[in-house]
Amino acid sequence: MNDTAIYLEGLGKQYRIGSRQERYRTLRDSLVGAAAAPFRRVGRLLRGQAGGGANPDETIWALKDVSLRIRPGETVGIIGRNGAGKSTLLKILSRITEPTEGHADIYGRVGSLLEVGTGFHPELTGRENIALNGAILGMRRREIARKFDEIVAFAEVERFIDTPVKHYSSGMYLRLAFAVAAHLEPEILLVDEVLAVGDAAFQKKCLGKMGDVAKEGRTVLFVSHSMSAILNLCRTACWLDVGRVRQYGAAAEVVQSYLSEGVAGQERDLTRHPGRRKGKHILLQSVRLSEDGTPTATFRTAGAFEFAVECAADPQLFPHLSLGFAIRDSMETILFANSMTQYTPPAANTTGRCVFRVRIDRLPLNPGTYSLSLYAGNGVYDADIIDGAILFEVLWNTDLDHLLYPPPAYWGPLHIPLVWDFATIESRSGASATPEPTDGRAVL
Amino acid sequence: MVHIAPSCGWAPLRLRELWEYRELLYFLIWRDVKVRYKQTVLGAAWAIIQPFFTMVVFSLFFGRLAQVPSDGLPYPVFAYTALVPWSFFAYGLAQSSDSLVASANLIKKIYFPRLVIPISGVIAGLVDFALAFVVLVGMMLCYGITPTGNVVWLPLLLLLALITALGVGLWLSAMNVQFRDVRYVIPFLTQFWLFATPIAYPSSLLDEPWRTLYGINPMAGVVEGFRWALLGTASAPGPIILVSALAASVLLISGLFYFRRMEKTFADVV
Repeated sequence: MNDTAIYLEGLGKQYRIGSRQERYRTLRDSLVGAAAAPFRRVGRLLRGQAGGGANPDETIWALKDVSLRIRPGETVGIIGRNGAGKSTLLKILSRITEPTEGHADIYGRVGSLLEVGTGFHPELTGRENIALNGAILGMRRREIARKFDEIVAFAEVERFIDTPVKHYSSGMYLRLAFAVAAHLEPEILLVDEVLAVGDAAFQKKCLGKMGDVAKEGRTVLFVSHSMSAILNLCRTACWLDVGRVRQYGAAAEVVQSYLSEGVAGQERDLTRHPGRRKGKHILLQSVRLSEDGTPTATFRTAGAFEFAVECAADPQLFPHLSLGFAIRDSMETILFANSMTQYTPPAANTTGRCVFRVRIDRLPLNPGTYSLSLYAGNGVYDADIIDGAILFEVLWNTDLDHLLYPPPAYWGPLHIPLVWDFATIESRSGASATPEPTDGRAVL
Repeated sequence: MVHIAPSCGWAPLRLRELWEYRELLYFLIWRDVKVRYKQTVLGAAWAIIQPFFTMVVFSLFFGRLAQVPSDGLPYPVFAYTALVPWSFFAYGLAQSSDSLVASANLIKKIYFPRLVIPISGVIAGLVDFALAFVVLVGMMLCYGITPTGNVVWLPLLLLLALITALGVGLWLSAMNVQFRDVRYVIPFLTQFWLFATPIAYPSSLLDEPWRTLYGINPMAGVVEGFRWALLGTASAPGPIILVSALAASVLLISGLFYFRRMEKTFADVV
């Protein structure tokens, strides 16, 4: 089968999540239950069942009915929300955990990179850790020796190679860890989001290295939240949604529909949102995005940005309601956040609902994909938090005609209006006393 | 080609795959040895201090005060000869039992035959054994005891101790993944086992057939074997060792299969 590198059929993985104990009715029952529990567990242990104290009935399917055929040399990006099963898929393919059903066939030597620096020991020197980590990742001793100098150079830690890594800065540590991993030469490479570490320059270097790997004709499966990384590296993409394959095809198309789904109809029902953190109450009902009153999910740099959140308001439960939001970039970094605490629901509210609106006149974001997280509480404790409640896209604003092209990604996500003054210095005397005459000025 | 599918019931041991991962085994042992005494003042001296001072205490209380017989040998050598393989066993048992939990991060992120982990834990103890053994040779010179020709059996006796430690270690490490209770059982178990093994006293206190049956505790065979090979105790403990070898094999084989059966759950539970 030369036309297949990875073949998956009906792959599924079930996890036990139950940590809830059975409910005891009386003290006597609970005493008997407590006394019997160790025996029951030992019995279960000897029968070879997993899960320890967990109630075996409470399970979730982290992955369900995943069937794919991946050709050799293909670079496949795997995208999806948190908990969509991306990491579970990689764990099954790298044989760390077994599937519950279905099967997978892999043709070729597999190298998996679910984390950088796995097995690094703080007491060992950089040199020793390269050897150890290489062996853990599946490199032969001769292979490690051959690539040693290259690894050290890539990590830029030549001077500290004989220092125990516990004395390394976290940046040096990560660089060394990634350098070892980057020199793996398997036929099939499985990469989890390991690039979300280190400084920007090193990240770029890593992306370059990954690109080389893909060009060398190796099969790569790459999980990432960064759509730009996916579009840069992968020709094909697979969108996982709640454990199932939602879409599989050309990366540009899959990314496009993934992004537009997050904002489908510019409005999103929040009552059963997967990003909701465990909380006592479900307050946040829905969110709606708009620009100058027109519903949309696509905005423009320095254009208007509005959203409205519908929220349950129960004066009995929450005499005061506070609402907050945060905007994150695709690397999940919070760019800014805000909250207000002044709303007091009137007792005579018949609907039990209220609506909050936020308007930003000039959205200070460069082109990219961003997410809006929402928070509701009473100002003292958090009642309801939804991470990534809705996604939105920012495009370049062609009205900003003094900047013809969108700024490159390394200019960062923020667009701050500012003024450039420039002048030629003719004489040095009195420079501080009177303002310099301005030869020119650019207002951005 | 690698075929991935759910397995059920008792899994095959796949010892060939284990052999393919021998380099990883080598590196893990090397790491354990290297890291072992880092940031300790006395360093590798600990490998000697522990059995040596236990010997001193035993000599005082059992040898002097309680007048425990020692098969006609000087009591210190008698006890220390037993304590050297015992320390190796106790260390290997503790290390391998805790090894899977200690390597949780590795297990969750990388695939390799999990058997490598407890095995490396036991084998790394050989370095300490070698150090303690040097002291044993010194003591024998002091007391003017020349080893018998039976010394050639020593490696096999050591292997028996290793198999026993690994056998128990496999059972306990796999259980420890789900039940951290094991952690609390180990100190208790080793202490109990220490006195259930003829270290402070000779097995010749027992009459046949009980003496041979004593070999069900594999460490009894190891300890008596060490004394016989090095110090030349009168009667060859052949039957005890045979029973011990049998018991150790049962422990190891059952441990291997139990470990392999539980292996698939490690990454999800640990």
